[in-house]
Amino acid sequence: MDFFKVENISKRFGGLTAVDKVSFEVSKGEIFTIIGPNGAGKTTIFNLISLIYPLSGGRIMLDGQDLTGMASHRVGAAGVGRTFQNIELFEHATVLQNLLVGCHTHVRTNLVSEMLFLPGLRRKEVELRERVETVIDFLNLQSVRDSLVNGLPYGVRKVVELGRALCMQPKLLLLDEPSSGLNTEETDDMAFWIHDIRDQLGITVLMVEHDMGLVSRVSDRVLAVAEGRPLALGTPAEVQSHPAVMTAYLGK
Amino acid sequence: MRYIFKTHHRQDLQLFRDGFEASWFLLLGAALLVAPFVLGNYALSLLSFIFIYSIVGFGLMLLTGFTGQMSLGHAAFFAVGAYTEAVLQARGWPFVASAPSAILLAAAAGIVIGLPALRLTGIYLAIATMSFNFIVEEALARWESVTGGNAGMAVPRIKLVTESLPAGVPMYMLCLVCVVAVGLVVRNLLRSPSGRAFIAIRDSEVSAQSMGVNLAYYKTRSFAISAGITGLAGALYAHQIKFLGPDQFTLLVSVEFLMMVVIGGMGSLHGAVLGAVFMIGLPELISRVKVLLPSAIADQTGLNAVVFGVLTVLFVLFEPLGLFGRWVKIRTWFSLFPAYRKGMFKRQKSYAKSERLA
Repeated sequence: MDFFKVENISKRFGGLTAVDKVSFEVSKGEIFTIIGPNGAGKTTIFNLISLIYPLSGGRIMLDGQDLTGMASHRVGAAGVGRTFQNIELFEHATVLQNLLVGCHTHVRTNLVSEMLFLPGLRRKEVELRERVETVIDFLNLQSVRDSLVNGLPYGVRKVVELGRALCMQPKLLLLDEPSSGLNTEETDDMAFWIHDIRDQLGITVLMVEHDMGLVSRVSDRVLAVAEGRPLALGTPAEVQSHPAVMTAYLGK
Repeated sequence: MRYIFKTHHRQDLQLFRDGFEASWFLLLGAALLVAPFVLGNYALSLLSFIFIYSIVGFGLMLLTGFTGQMSLGHAAFFAVGAYTEAVLQARGWPFVASAPSAILLAAAAGIVIGLPALRLTGIYLAIATMSFNFIVEEALARWESVTGGNAGMAVPRIKLVTESLPAGVPMYMLCLVCVVAVGLVVRNLLRSPSGRAFIAIRDSEVSAQSMGVNLAYYKTRSFAISAGITGLAGALYAHQIKFLGPDQFTLLVSVEFLMMVVIGGMGSLHGAVLGAVFMIGLPELISRVKVLLPSAIADQTGLNAVVFGVLTVLFVLFEPLGLFGRWVKIRTWFSLFPAYRKGMFKRQKSYAKSERLA
């Protein structure tokens, strides 16, 4: 049985069909990339998978669980972590606080113990920080641990956002254009981390990416979409040389 | 410049950043405990009002400054607390029972008014909360059998458990205990998962949701806690002012509360207290200065309103982080002297956000 499966998902905004019956399967431990020209519906597919938009049709299955119709705040606990194309960090909070919010699905507390900050909660908070510290070590964020996000350069914010998604301990990690706005050196780091996330943490990665260099370096398989419909599926090289893909990008 | 080297996660969870900061708070606490023996009755009652406003400030700061939900209806929660307290005390309930009732009733009102907040944001939420303020104000004027209508109602002397307390020092001490307790509760909340969820909602609803924060639940929770805290402040206010009428809980008072947190400094608890000091202290200062002014200026009606208005505009324009923001700059200037640069607190360019979801 497949680890992650998307069956005929569609999304219509009024008369516009942004995603039209897209299906694909991702096996455990795979790095799967969706590419496509601007407005092809890549981010919409992500928003459908993370249930930010309700589906107009189709089904999403993760590890035997049906995600279809789940409330959007439950998708994290179901094992889907994500980053955003234009960075959606909590700007006026420290990096540590941002990462701790990533752990939100793993805490159960009650209001009274929070108001009085009872010892049980204190222990739990230390535990959470220990967990966050492993992510900080993994991504080399020690130097900015206590800095406010709104003072950090773009490249670092990108990494913090990746870290926040890792703190959710997801089974499936959605990366929306992980290299956008990064310089070549930072993109190299990102490529290493994406490999490490799969190899060391065992997290399956699904990403949307424009930088074909990065795509061919890290992806196992690539799906090309245009105008909301799938065009081609295969290894990066196969998809890049597929005639339909070349037409979609370059015209006839 | 002091650097804090953290060697254990417990250091992140401390109430105070370091011993230095703790000692300042101890000093302030000691000064406030000694105050009744040094200051006169008038000064004490001013301090009590500052405490009461600080409690409101904590409540409103939690909602507006930390959860990002605008409220122009806090005078209504304040009124619910004040009238509940007055009515129950008149029926012989002691403070230990009537104050919790005031808190709970105000919190319930907060939940009700929090429901539209699940769909509304920004200015629309402000309008919804504002209309709630009008409704409560109107209800207070019309429900004569309970509230005494526009004629108002006298508040009995406060009964803590069994005995009536004399005004003055005991009331001051009660307000002091309450403000410290509320301050601690809010501070604790903010270093807990709930507090982080509030901040997450304020800064980005869409990613908060993706991190597993249930927006509806936490917004309602924030409204309830904020309203409950304001209700407690209302209960204390009832005893401090000794007479309640609907005109004490108008929209203008809600605006004043909001001004208080804005001038104090959004997103900081220090700001709530500084704002309260400002709101109570400024009219006092104006009335002191007034006697020195020529009568053409001093006798103008609305002098207070003009000064408040001008100062608020100036703060919004030049010091959006309020009194606390100013204090942080002064502190940084001293700790970095002579290396402080003018642009250090320039706001960073903000990057484009993903499309907001309607």
